[in-house]
Amino acid sequence: MATLERYLLTDEQKDLQAMVREFADKEIIPRAKEYDLSGEYPKDLVKQAVDMGLTRLSLPKKYGGEAIDNQTYAIVKEELARGDAGFSVTIGACYLGVMPVKLFGNDKQMQKVADCLNSGGLMAFGLTEAAAGSDSASLKTTYVKDGDSYILNGTKTFITNASVASLYTIFATKDPSLGAKGISAFIVEAGTPGLSAGKEEDKMGIRLSNTGEVVLQDVRVPAENLLGEEGQGFKIAMNTLNQTRPTSGAGAIGNAMFAYEYALQYAKERKTFGKPIGKHQAVGFMLADMAIQLEAARQMVNYAARLMDSGIVVPRVFSSAKAFGSDVCMKVVLDAVQIVGGYGYSREYPLEKRLRDAKIYQIFEGTNQIQRVIISGQILA
Amino acid sequence: MNILVCVKQVPDTTEIKIDPVTNTLIRAGVPSIVNPYDGYALEVGLRIKDAVGGTVTVLCMGPEQAKEALKTCLAIGADKAWLLTDRLFGGSDTLATSYILSRAVKKLEEEAPFDLILCGKQAIDGDTAQVGPELAEHLGRPQVTCVIELTADGDVVRGKRESDMGYDIIECATPALVTVTKTPFEPRFPTIRSRLAATRAEIPSITAADLDLDLAHCGLKGSPTKVKKTFTPSRNKNVQMLQADSPSAVAAQLLDALRRDNVA
Repeated sequence: MATLERYLLTDEQKDLQAMVREFADKEIIPRAKEYDLSGEYPKDLVKQAVDMGLTRLSLPKKYGGEAIDNQTYAIVKEELARGDAGFSVTIGACYLGVMPVKLFGNDKQMQKVADCLNSGGLMAFGLTEAAAGSDSASLKTTYVKDGDSYILNGTKTFITNASVASLYTIFATKDPSLGAKGISAFIVEAGTPGLSAGKEEDKMGIRLSNTGEVVLQDVRVPAENLLGEEGQGFKIAMNTLNQTRPTSGAGAIGNAMFAYEYALQYAKERKTFGKPIGKHQAVGFMLADMAIQLEAARQMVNYAARLMDSGIVVPRVFSSAKAFGSDVCMKVVLDAVQIVGGYGYSREYPLEKRLRDAKIYQIFEGTNQIQRVIISGQILA
Repeated sequence: MNILVCVKQVPDTTEIKIDPVTNTLIRAGVPSIVNPYDGYALEVGLRIKDAVGGTVTVLCMGPEQAKEALKTCLAIGADKAWLLTDRLFGGSDTLATSYILSRAVKKLEEEAPFDLILCGKQAIDGDTAQVGPELAEHLGRPQVTCVIELTADGDVVRGKRESDMGYDIIECATPALVTVTKTPFEPRFPTIRSRLAATRAEIPSITAADLDLDLAHCGLKGSPTKVKKTFTPSRNKNVQMLQADSPSAVAAQLLDALRRDNVA
């Protein structure tokens, strides 16, 4: 299938891209439709991904991980999401899980993460609550110090891998009236008494991923599981999300790439008025615009990831990559459905699912409105 | 068990284009892959290794770019890879290729003899299915072709062989050569780690100078096969509709027609 070929990749990046694309084409895409319709969690696919090492991509080498850089991770993420957006979110939660520990954790804590991932476990990032989404500093989950441990109480919402993770990063506050300053971050292991999965979300899209509530009832966490220092939690959350944003953009591009490739192929084959519809300028130009936007979004993600790999933190650029990538995804998939027409709208064919999947990228990991808060805040400062 | 898998790099297309002048394959612009049957052979070898231990070595005859195919095999799980390459080998037909391969096998066996040599049933570009059997003949080893399952047990291999009549359950003493057809399972996926290691791997080459060879049996000179013409046979479908008042009358008409055409 014709795709937007990538240039200037290293041999390793090319080989990883080809490998994950083959995995997507042979394993993910053929099964995604059924899982999407049933909403069932794709255990077998996740097992394969774990065996391949896809959940350990960003884990440092000395902990048994693959330690690939963010630029390469973005390539892998794009290919996974081209396979299925929801599936890539499941895998992406491990990248999101490693990040705060990498940024603020100690050796012992990183070993906990490594033990989880190396034994085939998944991770979950527990920040969002029913009344604390974009305004995450207003979260209500509490913690109190009790001797050598902390006791956590509250409910997290919309948590990826809520009922399948082995290790959770949970954000809680000492006192909600303290706002951002009262928040701390904790590593919580699955099986800790009082920790359970609550209601599972029946979502519009990314239905191959498990999303739901994480309920904490007097969950006792050893003091050594506190990430960084008390009161650093909000900073940890913001720094983590800041650094995972570029690759969220990569996932959006992957989902859109599938739709673009599908529409392009269709436009070459489907004939109206004596020629393939792609040869009609109205459709040909739509495809050209899709290609332009995908190329631009991909370059933005690549640039943001390169900045990260160079240790240069520019929230404005990271947020741009996420917001632009997801806006492009929405538009490209919508246009792909338009080109494919009735078949794009039918459940029998894959594009309507892609459209449902596309929307989440504008919402999660910081809504695109929040991205603009970050960008305007930085440029107006 | 010491296993050798012979692989070929082929163009990734089922619609191979042929140069009408030279009657050879047009390879330009076509991405290359490991011949799919060789991929199944590799997976069969890896499963035997998983079960009884041992080493899986891959050997590929081809130009420098065939190293990519060998790296794919390393990523999937092969332990060692060798490229068999020399300008003197260019233009080899199946007889010359199998002869050169047999000499390379002898060379590699100076280290340790192979208990089992696996080949794909045939390559999807040439479709001859001759190199595996010819290699067995050059080496003077027993051969089993078109296997879909194979296990090792001491000095024998046992497996299931596909034939026109159904399946043959076979047992063969080792050392032996087995060719593999499409298995019920797919070759495994590489891991991120094995893929990256394979990308970085240096693939050693074996050239004519490394081998005890009679050059008269290599390359164009050693190739009795001359391709006169390659073409897709045209398919003419002549359909005749039979109609009658009853099924038995139609059957009678059909029988007449078949007899007329000497089919029945």
